[in-house]
Amino acid sequence: MSLALIAEGFWGRRPERILPAACPLRERYDVIIIGGGGHGLATAYYLAKDHGIRNVAVLEKGYLGGGNTGRNTAIVRSNYLTAEGVAFYAESVSLFQSLSNELDFNIMYSERGHLTLAHTDAAIRTARWRAEVNKHLGVDSELIDPADIQSLCPQLNLSSKARYPILGALYHPPGAIARHDAVAWGYAAAAARLGVELHPETEVTGVVKQGNRAIGVETNRGTVHAGAILQAVAGSSSRVAAMLDLRLPIRTIPLQACVSQPLKPFLDPIIVSGSLHIYVSQSTRGELVMGGATDPYPLYSSRSTLEFKEGLMSHMLELFPFLAGVKVMRQWAGLADMTPDFSPVMGLTPVENYFIDAGWGTWGFKATPVCGKRLAETIATGKPPSLIAPFALDRFADFVQIGERGAASVGH
Amino acid sequence: MKVLNCPLNGPRNISEFVCLGEIKRLPDAQAPPQDWSQFVFIEKNPAGPVREWWLHLATNFLFIVERDTRSDEILATYRIGDPGLPAPPPGAPGA
Repeated sequence: MSLALIAEGFWGRRPERILPAACPLRERYDVIIIGGGGHGLATAYYLAKDHGIRNVAVLEKGYLGGGNTGRNTAIVRSNYLTAEGVAFYAESVSLFQSLSNELDFNIMYSERGHLTLAHTDAAIRTARWRAEVNKHLGVDSELIDPADIQSLCPQLNLSSKARYPILGALYHPPGAIARHDAVAWGYAAAAARLGVELHPETEVTGVVKQGNRAIGVETNRGTVHAGAILQAVAGSSSRVAAMLDLRLPIRTIPLQACVSQPLKPFLDPIIVSGSLHIYVSQSTRGELVMGGATDPYPLYSSRSTLEFKEGLMSHMLELFPFLAGVKVMRQWAGLADMTPDFSPVMGLTPVENYFIDAGWGTWGFKATPVCGKRLAETIATGKPPSLIAPFALDRFADFVQIGERGAASVGH
Repeated sequence: MKVLNCPLNGPRNISEFVCLGEIKRLPDAQAPPQDWSQFVFIEKNPAGPVREWWLHLATNFLFIVERDTRSDEILATYRIGDPGLPAPPPGAPGA
């Protein structure tokens, strides 16, 4: 054993903790955030950084980032369909691009370009529509033909003899992937440095109300009071909201995903096909990260099904026939909050001091930074900024939905 | 393959069916728009037993399914107007 190793082992620096050790719950916080996923942690960070509100606690039933934050397929893009959606996700992409620097934490942000394949005339029309809306709002998007697809992704089966030949694609150069766990950890660490308390293994079991005001939460570690409360609990939104007798426009439906065994890097862009119900990218460690449509009916179970894998793999082979010998390595599911218009629900609720971040269906990870930043502003000022005002819960009562079905995910 | 017991066609692959959502009470035709927006958009979305409309696509047969959304178990299926259909518990959708 070398002298240097012995010296470092006995007297050297100890590695710094990324996240602070557990601490007791205080009696009162200015803001309590229910849910320690990416959205909740990002909101805590921006509350502390942008608004100086540092007496904040994030309460998480399990471990930080253990829900949908760690279960999505980690794609970041802004090529949506509505003006409201494009403006919102565009801000998210720009925050993502500088996030590693902002948090001093490597989120492994990797710009790959994003191709949404079109196999039908209707899909070409939607792609053209999205491209024009995107360009109008300054987002880099274009409808491209098979020759251009060939040069961007020569591995794709572009044969006209395929069952569903590829007619064109919506090309979105800023499309990227990131390490989703690192986004949660980076926000958690940066928030903790600013004084935010993180409380994993702390389950909220009830909300304390005084008249129509939320004034605190009951937890498995006792009752805690708060000036404001945000719920950001992804697939459990309806269950948590039910603690306040609040019913939401949400159905909880599992979304399954899987990864292949690691392969040499061969797939640069992110490939999506709405008609074939598939999206795939290659992670930095070589695994193909694959997902498809949500399950056919609501469920609070992250079980896996053979039907999902059969459907996904048959479509993978349509696009990449040479992958027939590759094995699936891991499979999992997350619980997606599906809204009727495929847009999220953010902002105020009918209960005073109680804010909501829900309805993130299959599009939540890519909104983590912007959602945190703008919800922090909403909580600090009591008023949703114009960027997220259209996504209010009461839009359904007024029949002003934001229809993103054509751009939010695949196969609906 | 998951099997659903259709009251008309017997046990069939669940992929032959489509879930049409929670059974809810239809508002009165003259009810205010808020009642209709509740009916159209708002869900109870329970974690546990739920009663839903399901359709067998091949025969266009509409019926009622009770299932558990935590365990993914089909608890029972009923024809519309089945005298054996128990009344939903108070507070349940459709109650």
